[in-house]
Amino acid sequence: MTKRNLLMTIAFILVAVLIPVFIKAPYQMHILILVIIWAIIGTSWNLLGGYAGQVSFGHAAFFGVGAYAAGLLTFHYGISPWWGMLLGPVAAAVVSLPIGVICFRLRGPYFALAMLALGEIFRIVFLNIEAVTNGAKGILIMPEITSKMIYYYIALGALGLTLAVTYLIVNSKIGYYLVSIREDQDAATSLGIPTTLYKNLALIPSAFFTGLAGAFYTNYVAFIDPNIVFNLTNVSVMVILVVMLGGVATTWGPTVGAGIYILLGEVFRTTLGSANVLIFGVLVCVIILFVPNGIVGELSMLKQLVSRRKASVSGGI
Amino acid sequence: MELFGQTVICGILLGGMYSLIAIGMTLIMGVMKIINLAHGALVMVGMYVTYLCFTYLGIDPYIGMFIAMPVLFFIGCLIQKYMINRLVEVESILPENQVLLTVGIMLVLTEGIRVFFKSDYRSVITTYSSNTVFVGDMSINVAMLIGFFFAMLFTSLLHLFLTKTDLGKSIRATSQDRDAAVYMGVNSSKITMITFGIGSALAAAGGSLLLPLFYLFPDIGHLFTAKAFIITILGGMGSTMGAAIGGMILGIAESLGATYISMGYKDVVGLVIFILVLLFLPGGFRSLVKR
Repeated sequence: MTKRNLLMTIAFILVAVLIPVFIKAPYQMHILILVIIWAIIGTSWNLLGGYAGQVSFGHAAFFGVGAYAAGLLTFHYGISPWWGMLLGPVAAAVVSLPIGVICFRLRGPYFALAMLALGEIFRIVFLNIEAVTNGAKGILIMPEITSKMIYYYIALGALGLTLAVTYLIVNSKIGYYLVSIREDQDAATSLGIPTTLYKNLALIPSAFFTGLAGAFYTNYVAFIDPNIVFNLTNVSVMVILVVMLGGVATTWGPTVGAGIYILLGEVFRTTLGSANVLIFGVLVCVIILFVPNGIVGELSMLKQLVSRRKASVSGGI
Repeated sequence: MELFGQTVICGILLGGMYSLIAIGMTLIMGVMKIINLAHGALVMVGMYVTYLCFTYLGIDPYIGMFIAMPVLFFIGCLIQKYMINRLVEVESILPENQVLLTVGIMLVLTEGIRVFFKSDYRSVITTYSSNTVFVGDMSINVAMLIGFFFAMLFTSLLHLFLTKTDLGKSIRATSQDRDAAVYMGVNSSKITMITFGIGSALAAAGGSLLLPLFYLFPDIGHLFTAKAFIITILGGMGSTMGAAIGGMILGIAESLGATYISMGYKDVVGLVIFILVLLFLPGGFRSLVKR
């Protein structure tokens, strides 16, 4: 990490920590917490999809497993769902092991499709095993904490952990291996990189932190049902759009993307009424046609230094 | 035994109509090498066109279909020309960008329809939609029978078009090797445009045939996208006949699953078959025939 980057990171942390001092309204806090949840999911998706190039259309599976791990603890055993913050990520990581073994036999669009199918299978199965999951009725928990500020700091901590671990992985030998797999898998194999092993090494932390976001979601929103947490459009596809908007294969991209996405979504919702998703769809098309590597990604192509400053600053908003 | 027979026949008839939708997708996939997640949304738009013709003009869905097809052909051409062809020129880290573009198109189509029609469930009730014919003890829905007949008709027509006409041959040439086709004087951007148009028109046809059997609402597109994908992978990408057979296999598997396992798990059966085929039979059932 260069000195400049280090300063930016410290500034970002300071801004993020001090925000609740200035913003106290529950609605604004709620939006900020949502931004952080999406930043966590986006950052973990980015590790697998951005750096390793394995575009997953099924991250809802990990999010849902994390969420349900926390929810089921309370539902069946009456244990505080906060323990789910430990169990959820682990459960998601365990689930990711067989998924990796199965899906990494496939490449490119086929991998994407297999993940999409797996995500849907999870949703349908969780809807149908009512004895265990309470089916479409979902799980309602009684939150013990009502202050948004506490949730904000917990979420922020989780995001910090996610960003730090991702940063360490990407800047280690594993990170370089992952990028080489993305750029040319055959060349990577011929250089002696065990590609399947390293793809799994990207998938496991990716699933782990997505599960963490899921478990936090259960604690925060206090209601989950399979159609919410395993949703294809609103979770699996949305996380890809968040990362695409912010910047694929960049450290701060997903956080920036989540911020812009959630805020824009709220603005559209309040100003456009029922047409908000329509405008959203138009926006998606425009982004992909004109800024295909995301805001952070495209800026760094033009001016590397300026982009870093902007990424860090807007990441804190 | 009657139950089994009825289940299988119902599966074949429904599968035949699904396969028409899937053929549209497999054509687009084969020529453009893109995964079109907006396909189900195109089906849905086609259904709404037919629905409008039925409600406001009193046109029977099987005739309204011939209005929906040119409309969707036009929409498909526009999408290909102004969006997907453009994306080829854009440089990006992830090649999966085009998948996301089709997601965006899907959102626009679905939500556009929602703005006009709301999320209400609508249905088309014709004089014959609840009629049935009996074969032995098995009852067969007339609407399904007519739909299956039309689906098979279109499939054979498309097959003739692709194998016998110059335009059809250019489409196949482009799907086999785009660069070589360009060297032979094929205008590839025009071909891709027409292919997307035909694919969309077939989607509209399939949707219109299913209209008397399904409730219509903006989100119904997702259902068809999923089914079309499974069928495309089952049949082998870019194969018309493969898609026709794949459609029937999916239809049978789903109705057997619904009858003998449970209604809730009906869709899981299709998805599990999908993953198994992806893993163990990557060329689809077509590769079995070739061996």
